[in-house]
Amino acid sequence: MLTRSLFSRQLFAAASRPAIAPKAVSSAFRPVLFYQNRFLSDATRQAIDKAVASAPVVLFMKGTPETPQCGFSRASIQVLGLQGVDPNKFAAFNVLEDAELRQGIKEYSDWPTIPQLYIDKEFVGGCDIIVSMHQNGELAKLLEEKDVLVKGEEGAAEEQTEKKE
Amino acid sequence: MADNQEPAITEDFLSAALKTRLNATHVEVTDMSGGCGASFTSLIVSPDFVGKNSLKRHRLVNAALKEEIARIHAWSAKCQTPDEYAKEKAATGGNDGPPMDGTNAQGKVEGVTE
Repeated sequence: MLTRSLFSRQLFAAASRPAIAPKAVSSAFRPVLFYQNRFLSDATRQAIDKAVASAPVVLFMKGTPETPQCGFSRASIQVLGLQGVDPNKFAAFNVLEDAELRQGIKEYSDWPTIPQLYIDKEFVGGCDIIVSMHQNGELAKLLEEKDVLVKGEEGAAEEQTEKKE
Repeated sequence: MADNQEPAITEDFLSAALKTRLNATHVEVTDMSGGCGASFTSLIVSPDFVGKNSLKRHRLVNAALKEEIARIHAWSAKCQTPDEYAKEKAATGGNDGPPMDGTNAQGKVEGVTE
């Protein structure tokens, strides 16, 4: 219970930082085809390549960090906030804004669900993996290694990862 | 449900599928459907997970349930080897089960509909 309330408080602090959504990149996603396309077109693949490379930490989610539209996206953004991911090194893409992206990212990552986390252009996983890596300390280690945390805000994440729910 | 071609996706159906397709020795599937479509969470224990990291385990499950996951709204899984399952059960006093992260206080998924 204590952990949960800590979760939400810190999350909102993190989420209210000036995040996210690089406009130039997301405009590449203005829908070409509305209907779901079984085969990832070159254009979509290139646009996703660009999105994945747009920041060291990239989350494809439903809704925005400020207003997630799904519990799994909410949990994932909470974890990233708790870990102290630097907003300047983070980008979020709202798949609900673009049908092409929404379908395309599933094929691109060979992963059937949203959210999806990329770190350094490498697919990390969805909500289950993000949460379990948060709990077992692997995520803190990875983010540290990749140097994507806010400076001087260590501690919060370390304390949290020791508490297993 | 109205579709006669395909079996309805239920806790039992998914459980049975995981046992046959993934050699799972223990499966718990929980329906967490809220207001936005069929949603399930699961604990899957299988020897096939031995020596694989979390991402590979999830990919195995996703592949085994490709059609089913495509037809439902949300899917969550915890993948353990028989050893890990036994250890966690012992450590938590039998309290090991499907992950409920992402659900609300009632254990249901809230979010946008398709």
